[in-house]
Amino acid sequence: MSGHHVSHHVAPKSLYYLIFALLMIGTAVTVIVAYFDLGAFNNVVMLTIACTKALLVVLYFMHVRWGTRLTWVVAASGFVWLLIMFGFTLSDYLTRGWVGGTLR
Amino acid sequence: MDTLNYINNGHGLASWLLTKDHKRIALLYLVSITFFFFLGGLFAFMIRLELLTPAGDVLTAENYNKMFTMHGVVMVFFFLIPSIPAVLGNFLIPIMIGAKDLAFPRLNLISWYIYVLGGIFTLVAALSGGVDTGWTFYTPYSTAAANSHVITAALGVFITGFSSILTGLNFIVTIHRMRAPGLTWFRLPLFVWAHYATSLVMILGTPVIAITVLLVAAERVLHMGIFDPALGGDPVLFQHLFWFYSHPAVYIMILPAMGVISEIVQAFARKNVFGYSFIAFSSLAIAIIGFLVWGHHIFVAGQSVYAGMLFSIISYIVAVPSAIKVFNWTATIYRGSISLDSPMLYAFGFLGLFTIGGLTGLFLAAMGLDIHMHDTYFVVAHFHYIMVGGAIMGYLGGLHYWWPKITGKLYSEPAAKLAAGLVFIGFNLTFFPQFLVGYLGMPRRYHMYPPEFQVFNVMSTLGATILSVGYLLPMFYFVHSIFRGKPSPADPWGAKGLEWEVPSPPPTENFAVTPIVTHGTHQYAPSKEVGVV
Ligand SMILES: [Cu+2]
Repeated sequence: MSGHHVSHHVAPKSLYYLIFALLMIGTAVTVIVAYFDLGAFNNVVMLTIACTKALLVVLYFMHVRWGTRLTWVVAASGFVWLLIMFGFTLSDYLTRGWVGGTLR
Repeated sequence: MDTLNYINNGHGLASWLLTKDHKRIALLYLVSITFFFFLGGLFAFMIRLELLTPAGDVLTAENYNKMFTMHGVVMVFFFLIPSIPAVLGNFLIPIMIGAKDLAFPRLNLISWYIYVLGGIFTLVAALSGGVDTGWTFYTPYSTAAANSHVITAALGVFITGFSSILTGLNFIVTIHRMRAPGLTWFRLPLFVWAHYATSLVMILGTPVIAITVLLVAAERVLHMGIFDPALGGDPVLFQHLFWFYSHPAVYIMILPAMGVISEIVQAFARKNVFGYSFIAFSSLAIAIIGFLVWGHHIFVAGQSVYAGMLFSIISYIVAVPSAIKVFNWTATIYRGSISLDSPMLYAFGFLGLFTIGGLTGLFLAAMGLDIHMHDTYFVVAHFHYIMVGGAIMGYLGGLHYWWPKITGKLYSEPAAKLAAGLVFIGFNLTFFPQFLVGYLGMPRRYHMYPPEFQVFNVMSTLGATILSVGYLLPMFYFVHSIFRGKPSPADPWGAKGLEWEVPSPPPTENFAVTPIVTHGTHQYAPSKEVGVV
């Protein structure tokens, strides 16, 4: 049985304020960008900001950055499962046009 | 004078409702789950009563819709999913791994309260007029079309999902961190492996159903365009999200049952299981591959044929690890020293019925055949062979196997054998005719049908009556055993495993001294070098 030596890293308070500030800036940028029509890049920009914010929350607020390797595996597997869900669902939506009228 | 155990250690309602003992929480679950089982059974009885005759004479079409919806919702979310994990898993996992409790005892108690809260929401939905969408809450039935209490019932499902997530989390942490010294992963009982795999499915799948029913509520209330084409949504998207969870949910029901069967088969064949690591890893394989097959529910709902092919092939592949288990159990029984006690009768029932359920699933995973059979009684028969013939057989087998451990009392074995026989006969008489009538073209979810299908439906209703007697009988001899049963020794079956080394019923702390494990927990046969096959 593995030993109980999980180090509980304590980050300085200033780091949490910094991350919080970054999240707020991300939100502000999202709102500002919404006023401009970037065409095909609308979704790209929005999702990039959103993913960056999510990453910051997971790494710092949820302490994954200082977690054990097992914690990393658990956190990563959640996202792998999300990819499975999106990927297989898209396997339907992206191939619907390939044959017209079948099974409808 | 009784010795101190978890049952007599503390009296009064508060000592139960505020307990942090995993064994007492398991009993809280047992009582509440049994309530929902018989409630769901009541709805099933109404369905079978209506279908006794071809005319829709007992219930209106609307009320019939509500009956099968409530039957599905109650049975799936409030009985089958929590049944084995929350009752037997809760009770046994800490004892099987030599621990004093689960990793998070408070969280365990909260899980039960969350389950009860979800149950209350569903009961309120049922009593205030019911839901008529089908247990799948398909859009647009659940958004544009339905006038019934969809949001209340969906919230019930949403809430109880968290109970499931927290239980899975608790099990995973417990199995990782709290095994007794020497209890390595490959010495764990297969029941524990099965629950580990189940917990993974609970954690990775349940959040998706929670969000999906929330999106339904959002569309109903706020008219967000997610599933409604008029608002730019897609109803098939709902089916993708719903089955992303709900196909794996079948494995939440069946994997723990497989864990139970692995234990029973070893105990009553007096043999170490054949191919331990194959059974252990097939649980993980089922948990993972089970997430890649959900599209087989959407073959005719407008899904692209290419996605259909992908899902069809993987659905065939997921049958392989299940088949591995069935073959390995059979090989375990082969040349074993078999005793036909009631738990073993349920295990035999499971083996046959699960095999039929699994093989007919392959019929439905074939895209061409599914066009003929989808939404017929063939499908109903198929999944009842898995969920009733498989999961409930496993649950009852496990309940009979560990009842002396849980209560410290022996029940009437002849009565239990009679019940097992009635369940087996009643079950087959109920559901086998449904394969035939479904193949002949009787659709599901209608309260009337053409007269030529009546003979099958009469058989089915007769079978359901026998089945309900088989389910009610254990209520009597189990309750009777609590008051009048002979006290059980620590190991009434001569079975192996840490749970049989502690007294029946176990003391609150399970083990006075943490056991040190030096071999696999089930040593029915001497080690291989002795040369015994
Ligand atoms: Cu499925």
